[in-house]
Amino acid sequence: MKRTYVMAALAAAAALIAGCGSSSSGGGSADTPGVTATSITFGTHQPLTGPAAPGYSEIAPASQAYFDYVNAHGGVFGRKIRLIIKDDGYNPTNTVNVVHQLVLQNNVFGIFEGLGTPTHTKVVGFLNSSKVPDLFVSSGCPCWDNGSTQPETFGWLPNYTIEGKILGQYIKQHLGDQKVGVIYQDDDFGQGGLAGLKDELPASQIVSAQPYQSGTSTLAPQVTAVKASGAKVLVEFTVPIYTAIARLTAFTLDYSPQLVVSSVGSDPITVGKLLSVISKGKASGTALLEGAITDGYLPSVGDTSNPWIALFKKIHDQYDASAPFDGNVEYGMASAYTLVQALQAAGKNLTRQGIVDAIDNDGGMWTGPGLVPYRYTKTEHGGYAGVEMGVIHGGVIVLDGKPLTTDPTAGSAITPYTGTQPAPPASGVPSS
Amino acid sequence: MTKFIDLTLSGVSSGAIYAAVALALVLIWRATRIVNFAQGAMLMITTYIGSELITSTGSYVIGFLAALAGGLVLGAVVERALMRPVENKPELNAVIVTLGLYTFLVALAGIIWGDTPRPFPAAFSILGYDVGGTHVLFAPNDTFIVLVVVALAIGLGALFRFTDFGLRLRAAAFNSEVAELLGVRVGRMFTAGWGLAALTGAIAGVLVAPSVFLSPNSFDPILISGFVAAVLGGLDSPPGALVGAAVLGLVLSYVGGYEGTELVPMAALVVLVIVLLIRPTGLFPVSKGRRV
Amino acid sequence: MSSLAAVARPGGAVRGSTLVRSLGLVIGLAVVLVLVTDALGSYQQLQLAQGAYYFAALAGLTVLIGLSGKISLGHGAFMAVGAYTVMLLVGQGWALLPAVAAAAIVSAAIGIPVGIAASRLEGPYLAGATLAFAVGLPALADRFPSLLGGANGLTINPPAVPSFLGANVSLEQWQAWIGCAGALVALFGLYNLVHSGVGRSLRATRDDEIAAALCGLDVARQQTLAFVVSASCAGLAGGLYAAVLNLASPGAFPLTLSLSLLTGVVVGGLGSLAGAAWGAAILVLLPSWTNSLAHSLSLGTNAQGNLPFAIYGLVLIGLMLAWPSGIQGGLGALMRYMSNKRRRG
Repeated sequence: MKRTYVMAALAAAAALIAGCGSSSSGGGSADTPGVTATSITFGTHQPLTGPAAPGYSEIAPASQAYFDYVNAHGGVFGRKIRLIIKDDGYNPTNTVNVVHQLVLQNNVFGIFEGLGTPTHTKVVGFLNSSKVPDLFVSSGCPCWDNGSTQPETFGWLPNYTIEGKILGQYIKQHLGDQKVGVIYQDDDFGQGGLAGLKDELPASQIVSAQPYQSGTSTLAPQVTAVKASGAKVLVEFTVPIYTAIARLTAFTLDYSPQLVVSSVGSDPITVGKLLSVISKGKASGTALLEGAITDGYLPSVGDTSNPWIALFKKIHDQYDASAPFDGNVEYGMASAYTLVQALQAAGKNLTRQGIVDAIDNDGGMWTGPGLVPYRYTKTEHGGYAGVEMGVIHGGVIVLDGKPLTTDPTAGSAITPYTGTQPAPPASGVPSS
Repeated sequence: MTKFIDLTLSGVSSGAIYAAVALALVLIWRATRIVNFAQGAMLMITTYIGSELITSTGSYVIGFLAALAGGLVLGAVVERALMRPVENKPELNAVIVTLGLYTFLVALAGIIWGDTPRPFPAAFSILGYDVGGTHVLFAPNDTFIVLVVVALAIGLGALFRFTDFGLRLRAAAFNSEVAELLGVRVGRMFTAGWGLAALTGAIAGVLVAPSVFLSPNSFDPILISGFVAAVLGGLDSPPGALVGAAVLGLVLSYVGGYEGTELVPMAALVVLVIVLLIRPTGLFPVSKGRRV
Repeated sequence: MSSLAAVARPGGAVRGSTLVRSLGLVIGLAVVLVLVTDALGSYQQLQLAQGAYYFAALAGLTVLIGLSGKISLGHGAFMAVGAYTVMLLVGQGWALLPAVAAAAIVSAAIGIPVGIAASRLEGPYLAGATLAFAVGLPALADRFPSLLGGANGLTINPPAVPSFLGANVSLEQWQAWIGCAGALVALFGLYNLVHSGVGRSLRATRDDEIAAALCGLDVARQQTLAFVVSASCAGLAGGLYAAVLNLASPGAFPLTLSLSLLTGVVVGGLGSLAGAAWGAAILVLLPSWTNSLAHSLSLGTNAQGNLPFAIYGLVLIGLMLAWPSGIQGGLGALMRYMSNKRRRG
């Protein structure tokens, strides 16, 4: 009796799986899946739910908004861009699942801005062996920067080590030899940033380096340790929630070091909102961030005079109005802009190899909303080459106008970038 | 030395937060013999209700009361609609129902309010007390949390031990058939127990939210610690929840501060195992029947 | 021992032997599964492989909870142990099969102290302890980052399809076979355990500890054994996980995994191996269905991300209210009702 049940159960389950058809399909032929005469389909994996979702879940919809704008203006060579967004909850098991689904069932042309290092590292092998373009990963891990062994994979952010180096040099030049404490996320983001920092600052100057695990509900041990070390400068490789928690803990201790915050966690709109209730008596929530040093590779969201910000704000108001207009939204749109540049460069006869070649050959010369150039060659797939330093004043990041570039190798030089940010194209769509 | 003091104070304030959640779990266990895995999600929802009212009326007190009222209603509704049908079924069924409820409530919060974390005001100042020139890691708001939690523990303990209502609650949980025969409205008691527990949870949520911010998943770590604290202290004992939470808060604070925060989850396990091996029903066990 | 007794029974014959019966079952299923995998697309092969390792974990857990009455909220951690064991061994050059076997053995070894502790704890206290175990163990990856890969975890290359199968068998199909083979091994072992004297002893200690002790059964030993067996199955499942997904990281074994295993066991039908199969199907297919449903509604991303979970939660609640004995129990009741109707009518 039991045996028949088990057999029936398994057979039924298998039949159900087999009967479970695919959802929307990208169409296209065998060698250019996801491309038809009228559409190009990309897929992405994002933490839409779960503890990692706050903030990051805004990125893909913002990219989608930019694509909607481009589609309304005729698309790319007459093809509309579609983005299938799948939730992986920041769990690598789900990432493998949804990326397989996107490639094998939805037949996407490529994967775009897959988010997270612990998640995306688990699908890089599959995407490269299946020759699926893996474009502009949303993570600053240097692990995407390898055109020889991972030809399909391209980074986009300046990687964490590059940022750490530039922050370190700034401290050396502007804050002298004051004692430095570091609070960093215990993963490649924080560890990479710390490594870059250590490349520029002497070991004796970093008097305290405190990691925290994402998901913790307190930073008391870390902040007390840094305060006890006597650090006058606090470098934070934190995401916005933890930037806020650290600031609140420091407030309780009446500890006010000079803050130097990674661009990942310094968005004044996001962090300021979290601090707003504490600063009740003062001007705004960002009063607690006043004077914090940070960096950026895109124009500051608060810089309303910048034409790129004006363009993105216009698109946001029309296509993505439910989200706050903050750093995450700007990120999503700028990243989408780069994808459209790549599609334009790949030409009307769009193939998977074609778009990879286009980025390898031309990507290094593209300009757009970024303040620094890209590091795209056949062997370098790194993304933005550096950042610009800035300070938070009146709730807005004010950048200093002196972009700096470097590469992740230890000891390599940091050089100023003399190019200027171009104005956006009149139509808001990159030209071919 | 300052590090030790700061870690101790931090342990006490964390412990108070764990205790608040632990008390809600103890209440449901004592009143209905169910472990409520949806407790964290329920108190998250009530905190959102409170937050909405604080934003619209500008008054902390109104928001606080709204959260409490929401808790009472939510707890009662959940018991009547979802728990009643599984009360006489295998115990694990109720656990699965609470897990399903947890998943549903977190998703519902995400749909209604989105996942951008929002701030929640603290009732009192969070600037640490000035002791001899330095500010310590303990503020008036932390004192408030500790006082509220201690009052809750004493109040709940007294409720169970000294009041008629408490006796009926315990009877309904201990042996519902006999209690029914003796005139206890068992169904009403279960509903009351859940309502009261959700109310306690709502208080916990309002106390915790200022330091962890409010988003659908922000209370999850607190719930895990609260559950461990409740088990540590003995699920039948409100003062036990208080002691268990204090012990847990202090140990985790010291381990995090002196050894490394990555060891904190392991430390919680070690503490729990050590205590349970010595006293399998927690630090404050309720006496069981004689063993043969 | 009991199977020998069955064979020795007069006229008992080979058909009565549990061992032979289970072998027949396993071989029959193997044939069915090979045929099924030939008909499935690549992504569905992956889903089948996932269902297979879930089955291994769920089968062990349902034996633990259903037969010995002990609960565990920590079996995700045993899966993590199995997965990391395979990653480390394969990284050292081991072949896959011995690595997966080692995963089961290592998990069993860790199951011994946990089982001993579990035999002394009851109900919610055991739940709390195993929950702390589920949260605490994967966090060790952060403590030993050079060995265990820290937050990013470890990866290995996918297992190579053996050359004698040639180009007929894709990587996904091969991985599905690996998963199913492991699941069948678990099924074989547990089927024999459940129908043996050990299974009876377990049920005796679950139903009445004092009476069982009076009959001479070492209660603690029985319960520890059940724990070790279930931990070994979860470790096997973790090893299969590593073979199929080629990764191990703390983010892949959160507390929700352990809770999902518990859910799968109860929803499928507690104490029944068929129930474990239903549970595995639910764990793989239900999220897939809810996601497809949400996608087809073309909502904002906010709702689209969260709606599948809302539906999932409601379905779980609904299943528990409608079928308190799980899917297997519900089907059993349905069959009994229909056979009663046939007899009467």
